[in-house]
Amino acid sequence: MSSAAATGRRLDPQAGEVIDRGSPLSFRWDGKAHTGFEGDTIVSALMASGVDVFSRSFKYKRPRGVLSATFHDPGCTVQVGDEPNVRAAHRRLAAGMDVSPENVWPSLKFDVRAANQLVGRFLSAGFYYKTFMKPQRLWPAYQKILGRFAAGGVTAADAEHGYYDKRYIHVDVCVAGGGPAGMAAAVAAARSGASVLLVDEEYHLGGHLRYGGEAELAALAELRAEVAAQKSIEVMTNAAVTGRYDMNWIAVVQRQPGISVRGRSIHERLCKVRAGALVVAAGLIERPYVFEGNDLPGVMLSTAVRRLVNLHAARPGDKAVVFTANADGDACAQDLRRIGVGVTVVDARTGGNIVSAKGGKRLKSVDLADGRSVDCDLLVTAVGWTAATPLLNMAGDRPVYDPTPARFFPTDRLPATVVVAGALAGDGSTAELIAHGTAVGATAAARAGHGSEVPVPALARVAHPELYRSTTHGFVDYSEDVSSKDMFAAKKEGYDSIELVKRYTTVTMGPSQGKLESVNAVAIMAEAHGVTDLNEIGTTVWRPPYVPITLGALGGRGFENTRFSPMQSWHEQHNAKPLVAGDWIRPEHYGDAAAEVAKVRDKVGIIDVTPLGKLDLRGPDVPKLLNLLYVNKWSKLAIGAVRYGVMCAEDGVVMDDGVTGRLAEDRYIMTTTSSGAATVWEWAESWLQTEHPDWQVHVTPVTTGYASMNVAGPKSRELIGRVVEGVDLSNDAFPYMHVRTATVAGVADCFMWRIGFTGELSYEIHVPAAYGLHVWEALFDAGSDLGVGAFGVEAQRIMRLEKGHFIVGQDTDGLTLGFGADLGWCIKLDKDDFAGKPELVLQSQRENYQRLVGLQPVDPTIVPAEASQIVEGAKKIVGRVTSSRMSPTLRRSICLGFVEPHLATPGTVVTCQLPDGRRVQLKVIEGLAHFDPAGARMKV
Amino acid sequence: MIQVPCPWCGPRNSMEFRAVGESKSRPDVATTTPEQWRQYLYTKSNLADWVTETWYHRAGCRRYFAVERHTVTNDIRESRLPAAQLRQKEGSGS
Repeated sequence: MSSAAATGRRLDPQAGEVIDRGSPLSFRWDGKAHTGFEGDTIVSALMASGVDVFSRSFKYKRPRGVLSATFHDPGCTVQVGDEPNVRAAHRRLAAGMDVSPENVWPSLKFDVRAANQLVGRFLSAGFYYKTFMKPQRLWPAYQKILGRFAAGGVTAADAEHGYYDKRYIHVDVCVAGGGPAGMAAAVAAARSGASVLLVDEEYHLGGHLRYGGEAELAALAELRAEVAAQKSIEVMTNAAVTGRYDMNWIAVVQRQPGISVRGRSIHERLCKVRAGALVVAAGLIERPYVFEGNDLPGVMLSTAVRRLVNLHAARPGDKAVVFTANADGDACAQDLRRIGVGVTVVDARTGGNIVSAKGGKRLKSVDLADGRSVDCDLLVTAVGWTAATPLLNMAGDRPVYDPTPARFFPTDRLPATVVVAGALAGDGSTAELIAHGTAVGATAAARAGHGSEVPVPALARVAHPELYRSTTHGFVDYSEDVSSKDMFAAKKEGYDSIELVKRYTTVTMGPSQGKLESVNAVAIMAEAHGVTDLNEIGTTVWRPPYVPITLGALGGRGFENTRFSPMQSWHEQHNAKPLVAGDWIRPEHYGDAAAEVAKVRDKVGIIDVTPLGKLDLRGPDVPKLLNLLYVNKWSKLAIGAVRYGVMCAEDGVVMDDGVTGRLAEDRYIMTTTSSGAATVWEWAESWLQTEHPDWQVHVTPVTTGYASMNVAGPKSRELIGRVVEGVDLSNDAFPYMHVRTATVAGVADCFMWRIGFTGELSYEIHVPAAYGLHVWEALFDAGSDLGVGAFGVEAQRIMRLEKGHFIVGQDTDGLTLGFGADLGWCIKLDKDDFAGKPELVLQSQRENYQRLVGLQPVDPTIVPAEASQIVEGAKKIVGRVTSSRMSPTLRRSICLGFVEPHLATPGTVVTCQLPDGRRVQLKVIEGLAHFDPAGARMKV
Repeated sequence: MIQVPCPWCGPRNSMEFRAVGESKSRPDVATTTPEQWRQYLYTKSNLADWVTETWYHRAGCRRYFAVERHTVTNDIRESRLPAAQLRQKEGSGS
C-alpha cells in the first residue's frame, strides 16, 4: 500500500474528531520528519502519514502495528527523546518530539532477530528455563545475548530527572471511568451534595460515545454540559485509578497534569484519594481474536478503527474485512464504508469465521472459513469484550463468567462502599447506561452520607457468541509473544492450573497486564482441558497497579525534614565537613579532627550539640517518672544537681542514655541521645498515659527550642567566666554534675551544666535557639586569646572513646542488656519498679552474656575496623570490636568491644580478625576508660 | 491504608499512628515469674477476631488510646481512652 503512504491517510473532517487542523505539529519518527495535528496521538499522526509498523515484538521480533489504539496497545510502545516506554497510541503528539522505535536491531524495517520465528520451537513456553540454564558456566554469555533481546527503551544516564509530585484528595465519591455511566454517576452524586472526583484514562470524558455516531455525540455533549455544571465534580483526565485498598484508599496516577513547579512541569503525579464511596464504571475492553496471523500490522480491533477514523481522521487501510459478532463491529463496517473503504463483512452470528491472516510487514489477505481468500490490508475483529474488573478484584470480589453475554460479571461480595455502574453491570442503550449510572451515583453519594439511596435499574445481559479462538493458533499475549500453541504445550507438560500456566508461559504478564489477554488465556486453557465453563478454569486475580506507574511517581517528592542548628551558617563559613546524623546535618570536623582533640585536651574547644534530645519535665511526680524510666535512682536529686542515667526497654535492652538535671522544685531537663529524642518522648508518654495517668507530669520536647554547645577543656572555666553573668563558677560553688540557670552573653534563660562526655572540664550551655549563633560567636570572640577552636562530632567521638563512654546503638545493639554494657554500677535492682527490671534481675543471676570491655591492640599502630570479629581458634566468634580509633592523646589505637565472659578479665589478650583476614592481638584493659579513668580532669 | 478513629482527632490515616500492638496489662514486677514476664513481652494472641489494641497518634495529638479492631475485616468498632485512664476516671467519679 505504498500509494496510501505516499498520499497520506488523513481523512476529511469527521464529526467527533479531536484534532485541531489549524495547529500542525512537526515531529520526527525513526529519523524522518513527519507532521501531525494538535490532538493527535503519536500513533494516529503516524498512521495518517502512512506508517504501519511501530515496534518489533518481544521474542520473535515480529513487526507490530496498531491493535487497540489505546494506552494498552501492546505494539505501540516507543521512545520519545530520552523517555522510554511511551505508549504511543495514547500519548499526545507535541511539537518537536523525537520519536523512535525501541530496541530494534539493526532497524525497525529489518530486524535480524526476526529469524527467531524460524526457530520458534526453541523459544516456546518456558524457553528461558529450558534453553539458557545449562551449562551454568555459559550463563554470563547467555545474559549478554538475552539482554539484546530484552524489551524496553533506553534511559540516558545524563537525562535530567523529571519532576514528580504527590497529592492527597479527600472526596465523598470517586468515580473510576468517565464513560456515559461514570459521567452520569458523577452528576447524580454531585446533585445529592457529594464532592466527586471523576477519573478517566483518556484525554476526554465520554468513553465509547466519543467515537460513536450522531446520537452518541449528542448524548455526550449533553453529559459534558451536565458535568461542567456541577462545581463539586473535579474531572481528572489522562489519569487512572490504579489501585483500591482498604476503606477506599485509592491510588490515582495522573499523567502530565499540566502543572509546573519552579519551572519544571510535573511528569506524573500520584494522587492518594480517600473516598467515602467508589463507583467502578471502568467499562469494557475489546478482546482480540486468536487465529494465525492475528498480530500482523493491519489486524485491528473494531474500537481501534473507530478511534482512528472518528477521533483522529486517520484512514486505517484501503480494503477491509470486518469480522463481526456485535453491533460495534457493524458500526465499524459502516464507518469504513462512509470513508470509502471497501468492506467484506464476515458475520460470526450467521456462522462466518476467519481462519488466518497472511502478510509480511502489512496484512495482504485473509482466509475465511468458507474457503475464500480475500485480499485486503485491514482486518477488523469485533468478537466481544473483557469486563474491566481489576478494581472489583481489589475490593475483594471474584467476578464470575456468564457464557450468555460471554464475559465476567461482579458478584455480591463487594463492600457497600464500592458500587458498579454501566457496562460492567450489564448491557444497555446509551439512555439505559446513563439511567443506571445516575441511580448508582445517587446510591454512592448516599453511602458516603449524602442524600438517600435510589433503586438501581437492572441492565440486561445481551447474548453474545463465545468467540475466543479460530481453528488456527495465534497470539494470546502480544506483549510477551505467547501463542495459544504455547499454552496447549504448557498444558501437555503438566501445567494445568491457570496460575501455573501464567508463570510458565508468562501469558498476561507483559506490560498490558492481561487487559487484552486474560480472558483469551482462560478460554484457551478451558479448550486445552476440554471444558466449556470458563469458571472451571478460574481467573488469575488482578492486582494493583491497574496501569503502570513510573518509579518517579512512586518516589515522588520527599517530605523528610533536614535539620540544621542555628549555628549552621558559622559551620559552613568554617569549612565544616557535613555529617548526616538522622534528620540532622552536623559538622563532622573542620579539617583535622586530631588537632581538634588536642585543642580540647590542651586549651578549650566548643562543639555544637544542638541535636541532643531535650525534654522539659515539670510537675511534682517527675521523680517517680525518672525512677521508672531510668535503671538508677532519682528520688533524691537536689535542685541544681545533674545525674547520668540509662534507660532499658522492658526486655532489659539498653535503649538510651543521657543526663537529667533539676533546675527548680518542679522543673527538670532530660537529655537523650540525638537519635533517641522522639523515642524517649513517646516512651515517657506511654508510661504516663497508659500506666500512671494519675501522676502529675508534663513532658515537653524542647530539642529545637535550645541551641546547645559544649565548651570543653582546661581553659573552659576561664572562657565561660567571660560571658556568664551572676553565677559563681568556682568548683565549690558549681561542682561537676551540677546545673545552673544563667544569663550568657546577655541572653537570659540559659541553663548550663558540668558534665564530662569528653573527659575534660566542660560546660554544656543551652541557649534559647534564636540566640544560638549570637552566643556561639560571643564565645569565640571572648576566647580568641585562649586559643579556642571549634570541634566536630569526630573529635568528640575520639575523646569519648578515650574516656570509654559507650554510645547506645554503636557500642550496644538490640541484644545488649544492661549488665552486658558494664552498667552494673548504676542498675538499682532494689528499686520497686523500673522499665526492664524483671529481665535485668534475671540477667544479674547468670554469667553467660558478652561484656563490653576496653581493648587496646598490642601493636598500637593498628586500628581494627569497627565490627571486626574477635575469634577463638579457627572459626569461633567470641566477640566484636564496636568502636575503634587512633587516640591522638595516647598516640595509640584504642577500642571498645564485646567479648565472651571468660575473656573479659583485664589483662586477657584476645584475637581479632580484621576484614582482610589478618589476625591481631588486643588486650583487655581495666575498666572502659583508656584515659584518665579516675576522671580527675573533669572534676577540677 | 486503613483509617483509625482517634478519640481526639477523628478518623485519620493509619500512617499517622504507631500501632503499639495488642493491649496487655503489665504484670506486677514484684511477683511476676520469668514465664509470665516473657509472655507479656513476646507472645500475642494473634486472633482472627475482635482484638483490643493500643495505638499512638504520633503525627497528631500524641495520645495513646485503645482500639477495638477486627483483624480480618479491619473494621473498628470502638476507640477509647487507655484502660488505666478509664480506671482513674471511674475512681475519681465515684
